[in-house]
Amino acid sequence: MTVAVQDKMAVNAAAIEKDALPGRTPLFSRALPAWAQALPLALVFLVFFVIPLALTVMVSFWDYTEYSLVPAFTLRSYAEMFESCYERLPDLCVTFKTYLSTLKFCLSVWLISLVVGFFVAYFLAFHVRSTTWQIALFLVCTVPFWTSNVIRTISWIPLLGRNGLVNSTLIKLHIIDTPIEWLIFSDFAVIVALVHLYTLFMIVPIFNSMMRIDRALVEAAHDAGASGWQTLWNVIIPLSKPGIVIGSIFVITIVMGDFVTVGVMGGQQIASVGKVINTQMGALQFPPAAANSVILLVAVLFIIAALTKLVDIRKEL
Amino acid sequence: MTDRRSAGFYWLAALFCLFVLFLYGPMITIVVLSFQGPQGGLTFPMNGISLHWFYRLWDGLGVVDIWAAFRRSARLGAVVMVLTVALSLLAGLAYRKRFAGSNLLFYVVVASLIVPSIVVSLGIGLEFRLLDDTVKSIAEALGLEDFGQRYGTAMGLFTSGLGAQLTWTLPFGLLICFAIFNRFDRRYEEAARDQGATPWQSFAYVVLPIIAPSVVGIGLFGFTLSWDEVARSSQAIGDLNTLPLELEGLTTTVTNPEIYALGTITTAVSFAVIFTALGLMAILRRRAANALKA
Repeated sequence: MTVAVQDKMAVNAAAIEKDALPGRTPLFSRALPAWAQALPLALVFLVFFVIPLALTVMVSFWDYTEYSLVPAFTLRSYAEMFESCYERLPDLCVTFKTYLSTLKFCLSVWLISLVVGFFVAYFLAFHVRSTTWQIALFLVCTVPFWTSNVIRTISWIPLLGRNGLVNSTLIKLHIIDTPIEWLIFSDFAVIVALVHLYTLFMIVPIFNSMMRIDRALVEAAHDAGASGWQTLWNVIIPLSKPGIVIGSIFVITIVMGDFVTVGVMGGQQIASVGKVINTQMGALQFPPAAANSVILLVAVLFIIAALTKLVDIRKEL
Repeated sequence: MTDRRSAGFYWLAALFCLFVLFLYGPMITIVVLSFQGPQGGLTFPMNGISLHWFYRLWDGLGVVDIWAAFRRSARLGAVVMVLTVALSLLAGLAYRKRFAGSNLLFYVVVASLIVPSIVVSLGIGLEFRLLDDTVKSIAEALGLEDFGQRYGTAMGLFTSGLGAQLTWTLPFGLLICFAIFNRFDRRYEEAARDQGATPWQSFAYVVLPIIAPSVVGIGLFGFTLSWDEVARSSQAIGDLNTLPLELEGLTTTVTNPEIYALGTITTAVSFAVIFTALGLMAILRRRAANALKA
């Protein structure tokens, strides 16, 4: 500790003794109680998270006209959402189709980002040996997270577009004669962009879990004659499970609610639950938008509940 | 472990390099294309090199006042940054002691991180709409028709917009605080207390200098997440859009490299903030380490 700090403390120690007299409590001389310190944060979440969610549930049971909300209990929004969904089976109604398409994105993005994220984290945690390089390379992976998602999304257009870099290169190399149409404004484009945006959410928690693994365990596995793959499968993957679960929760919940990336990369033609909600809000159809949100929320909570059965998040910080 | 690199290392290194290319390639493309010549289009080849599209952008993008949006976003980002640092640090300190409802608050904060942004945004949008209706009907009931007509909406950049962004930045801030204080050596504080420091003094002169680099990190999250935020703000921002929201709208209407120029500038701001923060963190970390050694 610096001498200046110590001096200051000595001076203040003297001051405190004086202030200890009754009725002379200077500002900050006593610690704020913990609840008071947490109060501002708690208020923000009450006003901008808890109450809005409660209102969403409430409004999802309201009626509406073209111009206004009608505060009367009805199941109309839910009924409309699932109208003839059951009768039409095995054909899918719009709602089921939308959910199926969203789940499909979820599953593909989750699988790809899990595999890529796991091996990137594994490389950083176990194969980069100097701490400086570890930090530097980790930052290389993290920096894009702090830049704009919209820009990162549209930056695929000059690459994947009809006359984009990929198509023109393939044509120049005489691999194809006409541009590939499904590179952009397609499911493929949406998945590429989502993996590009959110693999980081896998890397960080998995890397965090891996850095806590006792290196002696890996060494012991090695000494006991385990091959690299055996060590990976039987030691590292089980011990990285908390990171894998946390990363999966992040990726799945973000993709479930996404509407920006699906909109831009799908050419505004591909359905997703988030996009439906966004469109309904734009058309001022609040109760249906709220009902859709409630269903989306329930779906997401089910997935998370299943995943959190596997891990206690709080122990992982 | 042996010193020889295994074959696995080279495969993984190759994968890592590909991943970094995948991460940065598109971003580099867009920066390069923003310097497209005046005749150039949205894709390669480059048709000369110029600042043409930056000049066009400087003059404004059609009906959209992009520079006003730029300033709004910068202001909002600064406010979000300050509040994120202050509120999460305070709450982080609270979590070192016990308090009623601490578990509940923790779950709410984590929930805010994982509830889909569009749902949160819609909720805040609804909340403010209902608030507006209530205010207007009260004004009417009190015979203040004039006020009711002038009132408009409570929704806005620094009310609903700010709140919406805080529900996204504060969880990151609080989780970083947990990580900070889990690794914090309490003996420094005890030493300060033994020497007679008040709680405020031991925080300001002992704890804060040690954790300062991470606090800058929280600020970095606060600003950059706000600067780029789209999903949570989308239904809750009111009449005046932030820059990323304008940008999202422009993706469907602008058909020349001006949008890339805008992307380059936005990214440049992000990078300036990121590297300032990282530099500051490095300096503070060295200073704290030196002070502890002394």
